[in-house]
Amino acid sequence: MEDLVNISIPTAAGTALLGYLVVFFGLVLLMCVLLIMGAIGAKKRAKEEAAALAALPVPDQDAPLLKLENTLPKAKGTAGELKLYNTDPKDAAMIMAIVADSLGKPLNELRFISIREVTDDEV
Amino acid sequence: MNIMGVLGKLAGESGFASFVLTEGGWKNLVMILIAFVLLYLGIVKKFEPLLLCGIAFGCLLSNLSYFIEMGQNAVYHPDIWAEFLKEGGDHYHSYGYIMREAGLLDFFYIGVKAGIYPSLIFMGVGAMTDFGPLLANPKSLLLGAAAQLGVFVAFFGAVLLGFTGPQAASIGIIGGADGPTAIFLTTKLAPELLGPIAIAAYSYMALIPMIQPPIMKLMTNDKMRKVKMVQSREVSKTEKIIFPIVVSTFVILLLPSTAPLIGCLMLGNLFRECGVTDRLSDTAQNALMNIVTIFLATSVGATMVAQNFLNLDTIKIVVLGLIAFAISTVGGLCGGLVMYKTSGGKINPLIGSAGVSAVPMAARVSQDVGRRYNKNNYLLMHAMGPNVAGVIGSAIAAGFLLSVFG
Repeated sequence: MEDLVNISIPTAAGTALLGYLVVFFGLVLLMCVLLIMGAIGAKKRAKEEAAALAALPVPDQDAPLLKLENTLPKAKGTAGELKLYNTDPKDAAMIMAIVADSLGKPLNELRFISIREVTDDEV
Repeated sequence: MNIMGVLGKLAGESGFASFVLTEGGWKNLVMILIAFVLLYLGIVKKFEPLLLCGIAFGCLLSNLSYFIEMGQNAVYHPDIWAEFLKEGGDHYHSYGYIMREAGLLDFFYIGVKAGIYPSLIFMGVGAMTDFGPLLANPKSLLLGAAAQLGVFVAFFGAVLLGFTGPQAASIGIIGGADGPTAIFLTTKLAPELLGPIAIAAYSYMALIPMIQPPIMKLMTNDKMRKVKMVQSREVSKTEKIIFPIVVSTFVILLLPSTAPLIGCLMLGNLFRECGVTDRLSDTAQNALMNIVTIFLATSVGATMVAQNFLNLDTIKIVVLGLIAFAISTVGGLCGGLVMYKTSGGKINPLIGSAGVSAVPMAARVSQDVGRRYNKNNYLLMHAMGPNVAGVIGSAIAAGFLLSVFG
């Protein structure tokens, strides 16, 4: 076996190339495992979501549409429901726009949980 | 009692006299000034202060107390470690000899020499790291691999400059931008270079915000830098728990020499994610990490004794380290550019530079550079994927070099 202490330049070049390939091989192998893990997880989640949907009560055809919407799972990416206390929806929309503008962030990246009007007595 | 004789003896043994009277005593003075500069950089400029303060103070202590011919009062003794490493000598690999002759920092250094501290630091890093961004986008691993280019280019460069194979491997790993990995590999392959390699690795890690942005600008255009990436998928708790077990299994089976680093990294992460070992996770992240950092930093700093540090090799290592960092950044960005092209412009190539490990500094640089061109762009979580992939990548690179040269 060649002396690796006093390593020659061609051997060093070969070792460097091989080392880089080994790093790629190791991480590509890991990537494949993680992709498989992710796919299995996604399949499981889809199954669970389908089961949850199937378990929902059959909607009453005569009932208002709003009632059905409240029982459905939330859309992907939704920030949830905003609770308004003594606040007009138009005012709430304006408040949210002002907050987003002053933070310099798009509105869809912010999450508002509730907006409540503070009366003079509370100030 | 001869008072004058006692005073004369005290004066002769003092460090002040040793600067002038001992062989190479002036070099200690230079190292003390270097220690002051490092302290300034750590405390005032806040360059990796947790490590740099300890390293600088260890350097200061060893150069205040160790002079050739007068080393008996020293806190660190390079001569006994030279005996420890002398193959065929009476004290080759004898920890008993070290314990008998050791000063305070020699005792601390045993943990470095045995490879204990870097592995324990990795456990803390694992406990602090959220691998979620990597799990959400496993392709990030390719960027972590691409960014190890500097390791192997610097290794080759070091061979060209006349270093031996094991020394070149230790110098190359600076390009992994991972301090504990660099220390781990160097103590195994080229312990005589530990001081300059540790200093180069930590200094350049601290300087990442200055080294990377010019290269990022050079390799990308405005359109690429403005790319806004879509939000990654949510990662389940189960995936996060399985991840450290899977990584340990695959990587250690592939390269058994990575077991101490990858094993500890993933054990720390398992403590964090499994949900039933919160106390252990807390200890690994805080108390253990802090204690080990003190021992590691001071003992690594102590190896910077003037006689070992002030030579041409140190300058070569500092230059090669910078080249390694720069080329690793180029490698990561090349990976990012390939992904940008293959994804039809959906992946911002700036996240590639985060593949150089240095968690989370390199990811923050990607975020900062991205936001300079698009105020509403938040690349941080996307860059964390390649960033943590870089930690695994540099450990694999170190494992490869260790199995070849160890």
